[in-house]
Amino acid sequence: MNRQGRPTAPAAASGEAASGTWTGNRALDLQESLLFEQGGWERTGVDLPEAELADDRLGGLARTAPIGLPGLSEPEAVRHYTRLSCKNYAIDMGLFPLGSCTMKHNPRLNEKVAAMPGFADIHPLQPVSTVQGALEVMDQLSRWLSVLTGMPGVALSPKAGAHGELCGLMVIRAALEARGDARKRVLVPESAHGTNPATAALCAYDVDPIPATPDGRVDVAAMREKLGPDVAAIMLTNPNTCGLFERDIVEIAEAVHAAGAFFYCDGANFNAIVGRVRPGDLGVDAMHINLHKTFSTPHGGGGPGAGPVVFSEALAPFIPPANVVRHGGGFALREDVPHAQVGRMTAFHGQMGMFVRALTYMLSHGGDGLRQVAEDAVLNANYVRESLKDVMTPSYPGPCMHEVLFDDRFLKDTGVSTLDFAKALIDEGFHPMTMYFPLVVHGAMLVEPTETESRASLDEFIGAMRALAVAAKNGETERFAAAPRFAPIGRLDETRAARQPVLTWQPPEPKQAAE
Amino acid sequence: MRYLPLSDDDRRAMLGVIGAGSVDALFRDVPPSARLDAPLDLPRHQGELAVERHMAALAAKNVVAGSVPFFVGAGAYRHHVPASVQHLIQRGEFLTAYTPYQPEISQGTLQYLFEFQTQVARLTGMDVANASMYDGSTACAEAVLMAQRITKRRKVILSGNLHPHYADVVETVTRFTREDERISRLKPAPEGGEDLAGRIDADTSCVVVQNPDFFGRISDLSALAEKVHEAGALLVVVVTEAVSLGAIRSPGEMGADIVLGEGQSIGSALNFGGPYLGLFATRQKYVRQMPGRLCGETIDAEGRRGFVLTLSTREQHIRREKATSNICTNSGLCALAFTIHMSLLGEAGLRRLARLNHANAVRLAGALEKVPGVQVLNDSFFNELTIRVSKPAAEVIEALAARRVLGGVPVSRFHQGCDDLIVLAATETNTDDDIDALAGALREVLA
Amino acid sequence: MSEVRYTKDHEWIRLDGEIAVVGITDYAQNALGDVVYVEVPEPGKAVTAGGEAGVVESVKAASEIYSPVTGEVVEGNEALGDDPALVNSAPMAGGWIFKVKLADPAELDGLMSEADYKAFVDGLE
Repeated sequence: MNRQGRPTAPAAASGEAASGTWTGNRALDLQESLLFEQGGWERTGVDLPEAELADDRLGGLARTAPIGLPGLSEPEAVRHYTRLSCKNYAIDMGLFPLGSCTMKHNPRLNEKVAAMPGFADIHPLQPVSTVQGALEVMDQLSRWLSVLTGMPGVALSPKAGAHGELCGLMVIRAALEARGDARKRVLVPESAHGTNPATAALCAYDVDPIPATPDGRVDVAAMREKLGPDVAAIMLTNPNTCGLFERDIVEIAEAVHAAGAFFYCDGANFNAIVGRVRPGDLGVDAMHINLHKTFSTPHGGGGPGAGPVVFSEALAPFIPPANVVRHGGGFALREDVPHAQVGRMTAFHGQMGMFVRALTYMLSHGGDGLRQVAEDAVLNANYVRESLKDVMTPSYPGPCMHEVLFDDRFLKDTGVSTLDFAKALIDEGFHPMTMYFPLVVHGAMLVEPTETESRASLDEFIGAMRALAVAAKNGETERFAAAPRFAPIGRLDETRAARQPVLTWQPPEPKQAAE
Repeated sequence: MRYLPLSDDDRRAMLGVIGAGSVDALFRDVPPSARLDAPLDLPRHQGELAVERHMAALAAKNVVAGSVPFFVGAGAYRHHVPASVQHLIQRGEFLTAYTPYQPEISQGTLQYLFEFQTQVARLTGMDVANASMYDGSTACAEAVLMAQRITKRRKVILSGNLHPHYADVVETVTRFTREDERISRLKPAPEGGEDLAGRIDADTSCVVVQNPDFFGRISDLSALAEKVHEAGALLVVVVTEAVSLGAIRSPGEMGADIVLGEGQSIGSALNFGGPYLGLFATRQKYVRQMPGRLCGETIDAEGRRGFVLTLSTREQHIRREKATSNICTNSGLCALAFTIHMSLLGEAGLRRLARLNHANAVRLAGALEKVPGVQVLNDSFFNELTIRVSKPAAEVIEALAARRVLGGVPVSRFHQGCDDLIVLAATETNTDDDIDALAGALREVLA
Repeated sequence: MSEVRYTKDHEWIRLDGEIAVVGITDYAQNALGDVVYVEVPEPGKAVTAGGEAGVVESVKAASEIYSPVTGEVVEGNEALGDDPALVNSAPMAGGWIFKVKLADPAELDGLMSEADYKAFVDGLE
């Protein structure tokens, strides 16, 4: 292991210089060492009885060597992780304008329901007669997803968006193979999420990029040229990652179908159209739905997500298990699959904890509320766009959908980069927007406010963005270069982290004994 | 609508700022044929009370594990999770944060991921671990793809005693990925005696073996590891019960090259199968071939220690079609629950917990051996074992359920031709009364 | 030692007897930023002109290294394992990437001279 670059006592060594205090703490901003620097081998926060066991039956393979896991008492653990939590930005604290991520409010009723023992304390392999309520949740969720998308097939098991993409593409491949049609290419626009080409490659397809038009949409003529008998599918995000609705979507779908290919839609941006547009009406054959985006299950600092996939009539016969089916007044779980179908994608039945949350969210909103979600999300994004367009540079003419894309033309010759701008926004109390994505414009800044922001909250954000844009133009660039100045830690040396990776904690080298 | 802050006045004023006559104008790029003019055929919005009532009624239709004698395992285990774990992971700063792409305001998430990686590496006896995967089964598929990348070989040998659903997932993922993919999946061997080493050849990328295996047996994998390494292949070890690592020699000690596991046992409830927690660890030399997010240590401009996501050039958002995996999400909140629970246990607590599990399983085995018509197959086990029963296992399990005893999983749910086998687990949550209730009910059912 | 030749993919190549040394140009390292890892080809690997021979990674980007010529790799620069920053600090010297035995030395004639490359790069900016 490489141990270079790990200061053994970061706070003591440099705390005073950085913080202006002797401890390195700054009032509510508290230094916190690693678990491994404060725990003890005998310490524990769990009282367990000593087992009564005469002879073990471990086959002579008992673990005897120390493992190296320090323990904390409960008060220490609560304090340690509470202090760590305070070093995070979160939706609960403020607007989170991360484009393409749909950081909306996470209703707490969802959490309460998911924690009910009737959902949290049931095992995936209990006899199905003892989990009828769980299967009914899956059935109801499937129905909601099916009605909202206008697509009859639903595969619930994929664990996250990218896993759903994989499911979708495998189902497409299975359907093609079932008709004896081996195809080689998948068309992916340049503006696509990175998971799209990665998924296509994982399904052994060649990825063929489609260029964009100057107005930020798929170049239909270029796409038509690339379509042919060896194209299996097109993977399109709609609304796309520039925050725009693909106007020619129906024409695209017809051309794709005419070529014998399937239309995969990345559903990451479904929040913009939920209740107002059904992807099935656009000619989509398969689309994953990030429950952690549109349907408000918490992002949890990077997961767990959930990525059910909806399918058209043509693809529905090929979806993976497990599938809930109605059976004699109750529900059954179909787990065996004929070979033509795509096989099991995960050990059990998917992210049940997220299904419960998403269904709770849907019931809370109802069909009417979900339509309002899309309308308010789009309204909020356009309001931000309109309020910033004189000081920033929107990449495309409006209206936009649920997110608005700016590029860095307004920062030209200011010496301020998109990165600096984002870091300065941290100092103003906001999580930065998505940066440098999509790749189709220079220095991209993708802003998605979501529908759960009030007008006052949007105005605060707009105020901060305007102030920064004006400051950059006026040459007040010092704040940008030093940003963030008020975060718990300054800009981190990512080059160092990647050149000599330190991925686990190692005990400090023993100090040289004094001569 | 309680989740939507805009009032109609706000909406009108904002449309005025935008210069749009109505919200419909903002949707003008949608082809007219695809515009829905009215809400769909779905119920209207409801208040908390009504929604909670609806969901509680569904929850009430399930038999809660904690309400009955409960012995179901086979890849997911019921353990006691300390109250502070749930409290801490529900803090909004953890729950409602995003992936820590902005490290300056995500040190909370990043630091616990670094702690998590260290805990997992130590538990598995490996050098490095990633920041988690979706679950054990998907981690298993990723491990196979990683072994194929490292060895540039195709053949994969799956032990017949690997969790059958894990083997299914490997087959699903590799079905389309390799033109000449060769998955060699052995038949289940509930009584042991599987010859994995004999199947290794010059095209073998890896051997995948579970320990304790699906039937609960524990094996010393050292000799197998040697054979695998002699052939230039990798040993992939699967652990579906993370608590076992507190009792049994680690896969690293036995020579594993990649260890993956299901981490649900530590910190997470059963949740009917998800969300769970994929553990993934390997040797230092393979770190750049590893899938998934990695958190690493570095310093800021002032020299203060901090953490960042690193080695991201392996990942899809940079490498696109050349990424090591298409994985984007991890299982962050479950990893946090794992880290907190493990911190509360500490080394002493984990060992005590593991010993309690084992002691209960020993007691369970003793009680079952006395039931006429039951034969315990295992010579070794941790907290899970397999019995042969004198009647069809699926019917036995149903009959037990009718007596409000959840007595394990019939192996016929996974494998045809294993109609008389049941896999059962005992954990620290089982009491002597539970074991007596199971033995008594089995006696009736098998009589 | 012969003259250095350049490719449009910003590799340089210098023939030294039968063996040529390959690296990336100063322009390329500058565009990539801090190099954190280099995947160098192993000896014995067959490479083709324009084919992938390795990868150079910075924190946020990964770029393929294309072999300027067809031949067999005889050595990869092991020093880059410990010190990938050599590609930044000395791209034309200690930061070389691999050595290749040429199948056809005439291939070099099709590559750019230093003056041509300079003009090519100027045209990019």
